[in-house]
Amino acid sequence: MASLQMAALLSAPSTPVPSDRVRLGALRLSASSSSAARNGGALVVRSEAKVSGGGASARGLSLITHAVAEKAAAASSADSKPGHELLLFEALREGLDEEMERDPTVCVMGEDVGHYGGSYKVTKGLATKYGDLRVLDTPIAENSFTGMGIGSAMTGLRPVVEGMNMGFLLLAYNQISNNCGMLHYTSGGQFKIPIVIRGPGGVGRQLGAEHSQRLESYFQSIPGLQMVACSTPYNAKGLMKAAIRSENPVVLFEHVLLYNLKERIPDEEYVLSLEEAEMVRPGEHVTILTYSRMRYHVMQAAKTLVNKGYDPEVIDIRSLKPFDLYTIGNSIKKTHRVLIVEECMRTGGIGASLRSAIIDNFWDYLDAPILCLSSQDVPTPYAGTLENWTVVQPEQIVAAVEQLCK
Amino acid sequence: MAAALLRRASTSSSASLLRPLSGRLFSSDETVLSIETSVPFTGHKIEPPSRMVDTTPKELLSFFSDMALMRRMEIAADSLYKAKLIRGFCHLYDGQEAVAVGMEAAITKADGIITAYRDHCTFLGRGGNLVQAFSELMGRQAGCSNGKGGSMHFYKKDASFYGGHGIVGAQVPLGCGVAFAQKYNKEGAVTFALYGDGAANQGQLFEALNISALWDLPAILVCENNHYGMGTAEWRAAKSPAYYKRGDYVPGLKVDGMDALAVKQACKFAKEYALANGPIILEMDTYRYHGHSMSDPGSTYRTRDEISGVRQERDPIERVRKLILAHDIAPASELKDIEKEVRKQVDDAIAQAKESPMPDASELFTNVYVKGYGAESFGADRKEIRATLP
Repeated sequence: MASLQMAALLSAPSTPVPSDRVRLGALRLSASSSSAARNGGALVVRSEAKVSGGGASARGLSLITHAVAEKAAAASSADSKPGHELLLFEALREGLDEEMERDPTVCVMGEDVGHYGGSYKVTKGLATKYGDLRVLDTPIAENSFTGMGIGSAMTGLRPVVEGMNMGFLLLAYNQISNNCGMLHYTSGGQFKIPIVIRGPGGVGRQLGAEHSQRLESYFQSIPGLQMVACSTPYNAKGLMKAAIRSENPVVLFEHVLLYNLKERIPDEEYVLSLEEAEMVRPGEHVTILTYSRMRYHVMQAAKTLVNKGYDPEVIDIRSLKPFDLYTIGNSIKKTHRVLIVEECMRTGGIGASLRSAIIDNFWDYLDAPILCLSSQDVPTPYAGTLENWTVVQPEQIVAAVEQLCK
Repeated sequence: MAAALLRRASTSSSASLLRPLSGRLFSSDETVLSIETSVPFTGHKIEPPSRMVDTTPKELLSFFSDMALMRRMEIAADSLYKAKLIRGFCHLYDGQEAVAVGMEAAITKADGIITAYRDHCTFLGRGGNLVQAFSELMGRQAGCSNGKGGSMHFYKKDASFYGGHGIVGAQVPLGCGVAFAQKYNKEGAVTFALYGDGAANQGQLFEALNISALWDLPAILVCENNHYGMGTAEWRAAKSPAYYKRGDYVPGLKVDGMDALAVKQACKFAKEYALANGPIILEMDTYRYHGHSMSDPGSTYRTRDEISGVRQERDPIERVRKLILAHDIAPASELKDIEKEVRKQVDDAIAQAKESPMPDASELFTNVYVKGYGAESFGADRKEIRATLP
């Protein structure tokens, strides 16, 4: 898995998309050194460099004297730099830890995130490091602690609210929709809500219907909200950091089954763009758009497809709201065939919105109808076989590509 | 005769607090008066504060003029609504002015206030001006939310006024979150989260109260009990309408919400308590003369006699007027002049607000996201310049 991703990254420059779009986060950031001056923050820093002092010097005041030299070194050696290996939940923790260290206004709220260390160990060790006021164990009261997170964000704090399972955040839907998404607009721009709402969702291993929900389809209509879905340790850490630094409310969707993925990630600090899609495997015949866990089903299907002589282009859309129509569009202009593979329900899912966005913008480039493979419109059953049939399996992806490319 | 002439001459100069030079019992604005509140406070798990409230003639006059301004604004909003210049929902606060005014007298602009949709007067109390208020009500550019919020979404960040919320009860967790941030930043300030007797039955209130009590947050929950949740009387909605006791393990205080001095005393007391010990609940026993909103006549679930009875016996402005007259702080004619001045201010503000244009069509898409962190929708051709990462 990891080697496939590394290979994809290494082969990135060969896509028709301008190469600076798809570089490692570190490299792209180097182009914006002028804005670094604006905030005073340099972008590529060695992870050992600490922000000096306590709260006052936090956001954006860390000047790194050897910035230019570091960037050059990073640019030339990023691909071959060993980095360090870790699991996805550790990558999330690393991103969170780095941001909490850098900015004292970042705090974490959620059930069992503190002393217990997080139900998926994402916040393990943070409570001992930062104390009870920054890593807060809440009672089981999603509606109110999400509301409290939003209220504190109105004053300038940057809370990271964890839903133990995304499905529980349905209880906080009113706060997320009305207060989180809309306050910036209804206050005429007075209040910003720099909150991050994160948690694992998606269909797991026989967790039952209520614990296998895909909330991205419910949240996607909320104006003012941004949604991203991580799928690898590399993009998990980058997206976590970007989400925390963003002034907008961001919902970061993790997946229950992806927490133990292992990958080698760079030692340098990097932040990814929230609105960008990731080119996983460039190709010529068909564009496959996917995100989160389905990326791995697609890559598994890709192996079979390559053996059969197809050349699929796989894009992990990552940004669920807004869609990165630029990357997606360039791909469609090249391949003229689109397959969307998602874990949402067929009705009203991310795929449904993506399909209509593509039709609106790229109709002329399509040679075939857009196929969308989604989960079945059923509550996720407990039985293992039935559960497998609710979500999209690699065999279905292979069949769909064959049908598209006929 | 000469004194009367002097009075007329001086009061015509401004609506402020110039007083004639004729014989007065109190020679300065700052003389401390100790006035007893109408009823004693009732405490739940706490020793209530004293009934004797310290105030000054200046403060009493400011109460009068502020409440008169608020009353006048709400009545004018009523007329504007009937003239279809204000649309949608319009929830009027007349009758409850003492709560807004008394609270302001006890706190600073560093302390936060958050309330629900009956927010016009709270906005004024926090320093908002009439033109911003009327423009927002009429959906004009000069409004405090640029015309995009409406009656239920007044905010004033620089005065720590956090709105302005339409969903009943949802503002209480927000307010506790503001209190959390105040504790996190060690600001030494408190937050008043206001809600009504209808919202007092919302579960998220008790959730937020539980968390605030666990974390010792400087949150003060204030129930503005006007006895009706739209058309439902409190005894039909709450098994226990003693809202100050509903906090159970959190202490509470019941206050006469029509007495601005009692409100001031209670808020002062609550602020000291919350900074030291954590949350406390205040129940303000108040009354609204209008219906729940402009679409509710307000008379189908209560009698006109009840409304006029409260107006005669408990009206907050009349109470302060009587106090001013009883203590000879100003003559009745001066108070009448203040009311006239206030009427003029409101009329001028409405005229000015009417001149403000409607928002530009481009405003539809502004302030959806905060720009500057690559949060623009790129679109298919990335015509919009990408913001660079900080």
